Amino acid sequence: MRVLRRNLTAYGFLCAALACFAVFAWYPMIREFVLSFQKTTLVNPPSWVGLDNFLTVVQNPAFGKAWLNTVEFTALALLCGYAVPFVMALVLNELRHARAYLRFVVYLPVMLPPIVAVLLFRWFFDPGPGLFNQLLDFFHLPALAWLDSSSTALISLVIVATWMNMGSATLIYLAALQNIPSELYEAAELDGAGIFKRIRHVTIPQTRLILLLMLMLQVVATMQVFIEPYMLTGGGPEDATMTVAFQMYQFAFTLQDYGAGGALGMMLMIVLLAFAAVQLRLTREDKA
Amino acid sequence: MSTREKRAPKRIEVQFRTIVSPHQLNSRWGRRIYWTVLIAVVTGSTLVFVFPLYWMITGAMKTGEEIAQMPPTLFPAHPTFDAFIEAWDLFDIGVLLKNTAFYALGAWVFSMGVDVAAAYALSKLRPMFGNVVLGAMLATLMIPPMVVIIPLYVTIVDLHLLNNAWGLWFPAAANGFNIFLLKRFFDSIPRELVEAAQIDGAGPLRVLWSVILPISRPILGVVSIFTIVTAFKDFLLPLLVMTDSENMTVSVGLSQTAGAVSQNQIMGGLVISSIPMIIVFFIFQRHIMAGLTAGSIKG
Repeated sequence: MRVLRRNLTAYGFLCAALACFAVFAWYPMIREFVLSFQKTTLVNPPSWVGLDNFLTVVQNPAFGKAWLNTVEFTALALLCGYAVPFVMALVLNELRHARAYLRFVVYLPVMLPPIVAVLLFRWFFDPGPGLFNQLLDFFHLPALAWLDSSSTALISLVIVATWMNMGSATLIYLAALQNIPSELYEAAELDGAGIFKRIRHVTIPQTRLILLLMLMLQVVATMQVFIEPYMLTGGGPEDATMTVAFQMYQFAFTLQDYGAGGALGMMLMIVLLAFAAVQLRLTREDKA
Repeated sequence: MSTREKRAPKRIEVQFRTIVSPHQLNSRWGRRIYWTVLIAVVTGSTLVFVFPLYWMITGAMKTGEEIAQMPPTLFPAHPTFDAFIEAWDLFDIGVLLKNTAFYALGAWVFSMGVDVAAAYALSKLRPMFGNVVLGAMLATLMIPPMVVIIPLYVTIVDLHLLNNAWGLWFPAAANGFNIFLLKRFFDSIPRELVEAAQIDGAGPLRVLWSVILPISRPILGVVSIFTIVTAFKDFLLPLLVMTDSENMTVSVGLSQTAGAVSQNQIMGGLVISSIPMIIVFFIFQRHIMAGLTAGSIKG
């Protein structure tokens, strides 16, 4: 009787959360699966269409390009968004002055609403009076077309994404670096390890878990990039910035083809889950 | 004599040892390199992270002609606040900010209520299948939000929650990370405290209110700020759910009108809509930075 009562109270406390999760987190996952096999217009009741949605998605001319771009974007963003914050954190950790100021400044862009960063950089990228071309001009370097050229559009998006997101990664690394016991460095120094050897044999092994975790978070975050192509390029020029997430949005909300959007979403989900599984495995082996 | 002269420069204080040893740091070359790097990093970070904001603010204070001028001016020739006033009217920022504050505060109140109750039940009341429920809630963290945005939108449409604040508040409460952080903190509260209160005749609600919540202030602060900041910064879901212009959030409103107004007016709008978050950052800087590492380091 007491057990029953305790369970009833507990589920009384839980029921609101259960309802929210059920309707707005668990059900959408199932719904995505169902959506991808249905024709959904939100006006007429949905009908089953088998694999039609997947065919629509695969036959779209920009399909391959979108995946290629997503991989390229992720690789570029890893280069900038993963390596740069780690180096930044390493340097910040060595400095003995201006620490509070530097932490504040690095995190400042993270606090801005993404739309602010994106619209600000849209102006910087302006080929005419935009800040970047004016700076290039000041140093007598040739102007770039930035968002208007298919060769520089993707890297321009990476620049914005890095600028507005790198603060959080930097501070997380910084906290991890501060947890490394100083005896390890002292021991390494006694053994004659120079600065780079100390980084390689002490710093990196000690922060390995957080590095792996951040790698996963970074990849998952970049794969979902949306606001940058939505506001800055609309996927162009010549599909140069068409990413999977943005194409998904276009299918669903520009073409009103929720089924095709759902099918593409399923594909993205499978890829990301496979990636997470591999990652988890790597981390496990690491612990053992 | 000469050694004393060389010792004259101020020693760099080292409270904790890092990669570079204090001895190396305070050698002659160590000191030179240190100051060079310090100056380079401080100027570099200021240029990269603060200068764009300076450019945004001064851009808003320039006239329409001056902002399009090549080469650009470093200071506005005739600083004016006209663009801010124009932006306020053109973007209807008053309404946008009011909406955003309403959604953010509502999301905070609602998701704190829901998530605290759930974390308390899972941590201290320990019902049957509690671990299954927790696992299913944490599993949602593995699925990136973007991937399920379409079915989530379809669900919201089916429930007739378009242009309804609940269309943002319900999804905000289904936050596995909040539950994870709260439950982990509640787990660290000793059982004896709860039992002592129970012996004094306190029911579960009383225990939560008078024992658990007062102790949990730090984690409540962290989760609160993150919920509010996330709600303020969110873009895609408000874009889809709040379609009527009188219901839009700041981010969505700016994105929809930015094509139709001039550059200095856009900058004025951006400055105004950044101010609330910058103020939050100044006040809660410590909490925000503590929260950043709360989940990731030991999780």
